[in-house]
Amino acid sequence: MFAFIIRRIVQALMVMVVIALIGFSVQHSIGDPVRDMVGERVSQAEREVIRERLGLNDPALLQFSRFCWKALHGDLGVSYFHKRPAMEVILSKAPATLELVLGSTAIILLFCFPVGIYTAIRPRAWFSRFVMAVSTVGVAVPVFLTAIALIYLFGVELRWLPTYGRGQTVNIGGWDTGLLTADGLLHLILPSIALSSIMLPLYIRLIRSEMMEVLETEYIKFAWAKGLSRWRVWLLHAFKNTLLPVITVFGVEIGILFAFTLLTETVFQWQGMGFMFLEAVERSDTSLLVAYLVVVGVMFVVINTIVDICYGFINPMVRIAGNP
Amino acid sequence: MTHLLEVENLEVKFALRFGDLTALDDISFHLDKKEKLGIVGESGAGKSVTGFAIINLLSKPGYIAGGRILFEGREINRLSDEELRQIRGNLISMIFQDPMMTLNPVLTIGTQMVETVMAHCRVGKAEARGLALEKLRKVYIPSPEKRLEQYPHEMSGGMRQRIVIAIALLTNPGLIIADEPTTALDVTIQAGIMDLLTELCETEEMGLILITHDLAVVSRVTERIAVMYAGRIIETGLTHEIVGHPRHPYTIGLINSLPGTRRAGSRLEQIPGMMPNLTAIPAGCAFHPRCFFAAEECRRTRPELSAVNGGRHWAACLRLDQTAGPNHLHD
Repeated sequence: MFAFIIRRIVQALMVMVVIALIGFSVQHSIGDPVRDMVGERVSQAEREVIRERLGLNDPALLQFSRFCWKALHGDLGVSYFHKRPAMEVILSKAPATLELVLGSTAIILLFCFPVGIYTAIRPRAWFSRFVMAVSTVGVAVPVFLTAIALIYLFGVELRWLPTYGRGQTVNIGGWDTGLLTADGLLHLILPSIALSSIMLPLYIRLIRSEMMEVLETEYIKFAWAKGLSRWRVWLLHAFKNTLLPVITVFGVEIGILFAFTLLTETVFQWQGMGFMFLEAVERSDTSLLVAYLVVVGVMFVVINTIVDICYGFINPMVRIAGNP
Repeated sequence: MTHLLEVENLEVKFALRFGDLTALDDISFHLDKKEKLGIVGESGAGKSVTGFAIINLLSKPGYIAGGRILFEGREINRLSDEELRQIRGNLISMIFQDPMMTLNPVLTIGTQMVETVMAHCRVGKAEARGLALEKLRKVYIPSPEKRLEQYPHEMSGGMRQRIVIAIALLTNPGLIIADEPTTALDVTIQAGIMDLLTELCETEEMGLILITHDLAVVSRVTERIAVMYAGRIIETGLTHEIVGHPRHPYTIGLINSLPGTRRAGSRLEQIPGMMPNLTAIPAGCAFHPRCFFAAEECRRTRPELSAVNGGRHWAACLRLDQTAGPNHLHD
């Protein structure tokens, strides 16, 4: 198991190097930093001096190592627009996005397992048929439409829930959290539902189909023949086997959840990284774009590594494969 | 005298969209303690369905449409789900065909054994573990303590089938239903598993129903045989009687198709044609389209089991007068 974890972490590090390389190339090939800094009026000779001073004439490999070295120390350049280090800008926006992702993950986890299991063991019940029908719609409708529909229903018509911003936040050790105030939590509800609307139906369907497949296997038949109680067969024998493929997909989909924060944050005016990213695109703020790419990439890799290690704990066969 | 297991006129149907399909028709047999009964037939003849019907574990559209199943004199086909659960794996155990598929891949052997004990007996975990160790020793598993911590994929097929047998033994059942227990194993392992099962029937005083397509295995192990064809028992009786003097043309064909019954170097016999699909069972005798002895009446009248040799042998054939005597097929 230890060897498996080490191997998985080495893989994660290699992926991060690739992410850094892509980030570096983006910064290198989009726009001209010198022109962005000094404008049109500076002479060619002066530009060359600035170039030399900034190290832009050095070999690409040297520049890349410098980029990585700085990135490791948390320096991803300066945002042209905010006139602050890009890392600082992102970190100030990250809590909002993370809490939004956390909120929707909580909703997904809370509902996908009971509903998925129920629809698998009672496929003919009216509730299962209803869920299947609704989930098709849920997968098909884009997030921004769901978001607007939610705003219209709960914000405009019913006036139950706030529809934009994060509400009141509390600062704890540099982390702006909305999870500790009633107002902040209320503001979190609609965006979280909107963001989970794309993944939740997907998960319910995934768990249902995997579980139905598992329920047909010989070892489940054998479990019945052993005279185990139905809950033990469903929740231990069948569910533990269902989990394996579901966990794998979960790791990948959480990354996609980050991608969908772009839309959700825009519709709900949620001041997170996604919102910031779209602003940065409009302003061609390349440093900030690259910083976003690297930070989100790192989060993605970290989450996937954790998910894979969890998978190893559940699937005994991975543990063996990890032993050299 | 009450038998250990008595199946009377069992009828199993599958509820399909276009109507019910009869999978088992008028199946009757019985079994005593320590007795070994072989149920033989091609795939699709209804052997496995018979086994699953006894503990009412038919897969979805299947249901018991008629007949009675008596276990130790108790009519178990009328019990509630919970009462049946207490019988399954407790009084009647099952062994499946492929040991690579019957053990849950993500649970340790220990978990899978202990849970079976605890589902039926009021014992603690430690006690259940002790029982598991005892049964593992009984099926000759080396270093059983270590095995309890292992997962199924860490063991060979033969070892896994021994563990499945140990699980079946855990609660000292009166009856074991073994559905093709050696089909998925290497030939060298097969004999060992069969010997183990026979030995255990003797020492544990259990009845055994051996479901298989392998006449050679059945003739070596069992005392009585029931041959099934298209959902019906077409010949039944003492094993040596049936293997030595088969009377139903289908059984005759089966025995002649065994390698080793004919002169070396000659071609193996085979029964022409295929077993009919359950949706299109021929009228009259279901076997008549493939039968050498078929006459006009076989197309119209369905034969019932009739005594051939006192109380030791029954066959369901209208032309029993023609089928006596050995090896008539190639004369």
